[in-house]
Amino acid sequence: MQAAVIVFPGSNCDRDIAVALERASGQRPHMVWHKDSTVPEVDLIALPGGFSYGDYLRCGAIAAHSPVMRDVKARAQKGTAVLGICNGFQVLIESGLLPGGLLRNESLKYICKDVGLEVETHDSIFTRRYRNGQRVVFPIAHGDGNYFIDEDGRRRLEDEERIAFRYCDAMGQVTPEANPNGSVANIAGIYNRERNVLGMMPHPERLADPLLGGRDGAAMFDGLVEALA
Amino acid sequence: MKARVHVTLKTGVLDPQGKAIQHALSQLGFDGVEGVRTGKVFELELTDTDQAAARERVQQMCEQLLANTVIENYDIEIG
Repeated sequence: MQAAVIVFPGSNCDRDIAVALERASGQRPHMVWHKDSTVPEVDLIALPGGFSYGDYLRCGAIAAHSPVMRDVKARAQKGTAVLGICNGFQVLIESGLLPGGLLRNESLKYICKDVGLEVETHDSIFTRRYRNGQRVVFPIAHGDGNYFIDEDGRRRLEDEERIAFRYCDAMGQVTPEANPNGSVANIAGIYNRERNVLGMMPHPERLADPLLGGRDGAAMFDGLVEALA
Repeated sequence: MKARVHVTLKTGVLDPQGKAIQHALSQLGFDGVEGVRTGKVFELELTDTDQAAARERVQQMCEQLLANTVIENYDIEIG
């Protein structure tokens, strides 16, 4: 599996995701600068976490209009796998590849901690190595991860099984107390309709190696290699 | 020509900053503030001379960049 990692000014998880992808695939990802107008031919495009353009205007809003995103959008629409993590999720939302909005956390605080997530469905190239309903632990680190979508939109996501992860407690229960940021229906990550684009606030790449304290995230990258190799 | 764009969160979208400000106002002794909604103001200096054309352009700017119309409303003042 050959991957490309898009690097924006202010990205700060680009190396983390590159290390996780290389560990899983044995191939070093292309690092693609935001000013490039094309992305090399790859199986997976990753949009990393960070603070692209200093979070000016709205998180991800300026990055969504950077030159490279035109090609990322075209590739996504042609079926290339695209994974956006944290700021990458915000960029996917702002570029219109995923529905909804990401608002300031309900607490107004920047939250950096490990959270429990329920894998809603393993029916995707991203989650095929997990079980339906499995509880995993990934870290979150964001100030604007409060996912909003209107009622009709939420119902559509649920009917089409496009919710990838929900925040859950230690017992795997999806409860209001387990919701760290106020997201509608505890939503932590969603797919596009074609299921080749995943955006999520939690960071699987930050718990993909025992040295980091856990490897729940590694199965996502191993699954992608299996699906896209 | 000048244009001023107000961007505010849609009704029904939670505004945690507005809530915090409302709370701070009541702490300061300002009673009777039933709600606070925050927003952004953009002041644009335009070379346009035609008001209608300017409004149309600013509307496109709002749709494409200044507002996220999933969560925000915008209001345009020209002149």
